Amino acid sequence: MIPVSYYLVLSAVLFLVGATGVLVRRNAIIVLMGIELMLNGANLSFVAFARQFGMADGHIYVFLVITVAAAEVAIGLALVILLFRNRGTVNIDEVRSLRW
Amino acid sequence: MELYFFLFFAIVAVASSVAMILQRNPIYCVLLLIMVMISIAGLYLMLDAEFVAIIQIVVYAGAIMVLFLFVIMLLNLSREEGGTFRIQKPLAVVLAALLFLPLAAMVMSYAGGGTTTPVDGGEAGFGEVEQIGTLLFTKYLLPVEIAAVLLLIAIVGAVVLTRKGTVAVDG
Repeated sequence: MIPVSYYLVLSAVLFLVGATGVLVRRNAIIVLMGIELMLNGANLSFVAFARQFGMADGHIYVFLVITVAAAEVAIGLALVILLFRNRGTVNIDEVRSLRW
Repeated sequence: MELYFFLFFAIVAVASSVAMILQRNPIYCVLLLIMVMISIAGLYLMLDAEFVAIIQIVVYAGAIMVLFLFVIMLLNLSREEGGTFRIQKPLAVVLAALLFLPLAAMVMSYAGGGTTTPVDGGEAGFGEVEQIGTLLFTKYLLPVEIAAVLLLIAIVGAVVLTRKGTVAVDG
């Protein structure tokens, strides 16, 4: 049986890779994908703890996190489409004025 | 044997996610992220979370990633992206490394707690649809209802935002 700390280390690594992606990439869609990766890293530790303590409550949290992620992606991609339609770019460095 | 499966899925997940960060083409980024999702679903199966593994594949790898792919193809994005903030990349790596420290401290302090071995087997039916459904509609009824309202708001918001002509701002 694999110790739960292995899963925690893996989830921390996935979270960090996602956070690095959010910070490094300039394409708004890739930034959203980095957020998805961070959510997945958190989900993995939820499931690992659920397995360790023998309680399925962690699975419910994962279910709710996936729901929130789906809502976030729908709104986020709608914003990206709107941004592209108005500014012709999805580079988030070029979207920094509060009004124009 | 189980350790080999864990290492296989973990290495595939980490390698695909790192490649996703480095990949320039957004289409390949999406496909690599799907690889990450599928290997995480494999890890969920190893953790006796069958229901979560299935919704991971159906909802994440299936629906959400296809939505990303659809938007990338709709916007026809394959150009190189260039940043204007020059020191951003080294700064981002340093910040991520700094974020690693509290996470590592948390994992280490937990690993030192002595309860690192999972319970063996669990009770029958752990993580299956029946148990999840019972929990969803008894103990977690209110969160489920809130999630439903959230999804409704997201649907309405996405439709309102992308509707042509009404909210478009003159560029």
